[in-house]
Amino acid sequence: MKLLIFAGPPSAGKTAVIRQIIRQLTGEFTVAFLKIDVVQAFEDEELKKEFGIPAKKVYSGDICPDHTGILVLRDAISWAEDLGAGILIVESAGLCLRCTPYTTQSLGIVVLSAVSGTNSPLKMAPMIALADIAVVTKVDLISQAEKEVFREQVRDVAPRVDIIETNAVHGTGLRFLTMAIRNVPDILDPDAIVLRGMPPLAVCTICAGKKEIGWQNHFGILKTLDGADDLYRGE
Amino acid sequence: MEPFTPVIITVLSGKTRDGSLEIFDEIVLRAGDTVSVVGPTGSGKTAFINDIEVFACKDTVTGRTVLVNGRIPPDEMVRDPAKKPIALITQNTKCIADLTVKEFLEMHIRARRIPDDSRVGETIALANEFTGEKIAAPMHMTSLSGGQTRSLLIADAITISSAPIILLDEVESGGIFKETVISTLKANNKAVIFVTHDPFLALLSDRRIVMRNGAVERIIIPGGREKKIIHLVSSMDRVLFKIREEIRAGTLLDGGEDIS
Ligand SMILES: Nc1ncnc2c1ncn2[C@@H]1O[C@H](COP(=O)(O)OP(=O)(O)OP(=O)(O)O)[C@@H](O)[C@H]1O
Ligand SMILES: Nc1nc2c(ncn2[C@@H]2O[C@H](COP(=O)(O)OP(=O)(O)O)[C@@H](O)[C@H]2O)c(=O)[nH]1
Ligand SMILES: [Mg+2]
Ligand SMILES: [Mg+2]
Ligand SMILES: [Zn+2]
Ligand SMILES: [Zn+2]
Repeated sequence: MKLLIFAGPPSAGKTAVIRQIIRQLTGEFTVAFLKIDVVQAFEDEELKKEFGIPAKKVYSGDICPDHTGILVLRDAISWAEDLGAGILIVESAGLCLRCTPYTTQSLGIVVLSAVSGTNSPLKMAPMIALADIAVVTKVDLISQAEKEVFREQVRDVAPRVDIIETNAVHGTGLRFLTMAIRNVPDILDPDAIVLRGMPPLAVCTICAGKKEIGWQNHFGILKTLDGADDLYRGE
Repeated sequence: MEPFTPVIITVLSGKTRDGSLEIFDEIVLRAGDTVSVVGPTGSGKTAFINDIEVFACKDTVTGRTVLVNGRIPPDEMVRDPAKKPIALITQNTKCIADLTVKEFLEMHIRARRIPDDSRVGETIALANEFTGEKIAAPMHMTSLSGGQTRSLLIADAITISSAPIILLDEVESGGIFKETVISTLKANNKAVIFVTHDPFLALLSDRRIVMRNGAVERIIIPGGREKKIIHLVSSMDRVLFKIREEIRAGTLLDGGEDIS
């Protein structure tokens, strides 16, 4: 099974891009979808209804949503594998610009809106720099010269990231993303998956730099995929 | 110095909004061609030029395919805007870049990896030939009017993008000197495709593509048969232009002014 991790600020077009991906790959793979959000999300129900795919969501509540994503990711991989999925798509909440949700053994995709301002790539530098692919949406709303200027800003932050421009409502240009997805290797060993980046200093064991995925590897206030309440595990 | 070798664009037909096939086999565009795209609101004019700009490959709503020099263009031409021989000036007349005109143009020059000699000044000077409201380097992109934005982007497409193919979506909106724009593009041997609702502009093209229901309905090649009417519309357009300028200048039109 392939793992795709989507990050990017709210309303950047993550779900719009994911919809196109599912549309284009659904004959080839069984796709499972997990949405992480803080208090409210509808993507799972929408995608379940639209494509008939297995979909789930997790609310992070008081925890950093990206941290929540890490805690539940190991469970989510088992969930999707048990369903026989060929691809697991994780859509992050996109609120924490400092934590990046990308892991090893996955394809990390950041979604940026071309109308979010010329300096927005600079503001979310870690989210772009650690991604494999930057999808720039809403290029239908800007001129070509602006598109090139925006691309240059992304290049300044991450010289090697693969940039794909799209009108995500129509799906133009996304054939390059589906091509990249087809070429992503399957997860080799889910228990060996770790975060790519170093999380910022704070209070939980992820904040403290423990990079293993799965709540089983952490202490403090934890989250499981299906548990409604937070779980506490002391050391 | 033109960074692009000659480019021929071929548009292969797609389907109408109801899914039936379009009536043409292919539409070919070469340097120096002027083609207008006309049709009712919502008929697919913007979709047609967008297909060209993204090098559609049966992956847009219309199902059209666009070839460059007879072939599916290489990935790098599709993906790297600096390698793209096409510049599109969209229907939107606002720029969202939080930069001054000078910073914006400098950044575009940097993105194109071309020597930054005197291009910023040249671009602004050319843009000012297209608009009555003068643009200056320290102005903010977001503060430019619709006409100023259009003018600057068209000038940019000529001096910085150096694209041999220019696509214009309703260039007449925003009150710019549309005739100067078209004649400048012709003088630079560009292939120009423009969507328009303006009768005079439509008549200035060598070919007219008529859109309906998401598809090309007809391709008209007037070949001189519209000469008389062009003459008439041209003088009417000049009269209208003068009246518009008078009204803008705050004049009371009492019939005494010379508008012939
Ligand atoms: N062949 C097609 N099949 C399906 N949808 C289409 C087709 N052509 C265009 N459309 C869709 O129809 C809508 C209107 O088209 P478009 O914006 O190109 O119209 P237009 O002629 O430019 O209108 P206006 O004069 O108002 O700018 C768009 O959403 C477009 O994607
Ligand atoms: N015009 C345009 N709108 C887009 C594009 N991508 C997304 N949108 C719109 O932007 C809004 C937010 O998109 P969504 O996918 O929900 O963003 P998310 O919060 O990142 O998942 C929706 O209304 C989309 O239809 C695009 O490329 N062009
Ligand atoms: Mg979403
Ligand atoms: Mg239009
Ligand atoms: Zn965080
Ligand atoms: Zn933490």
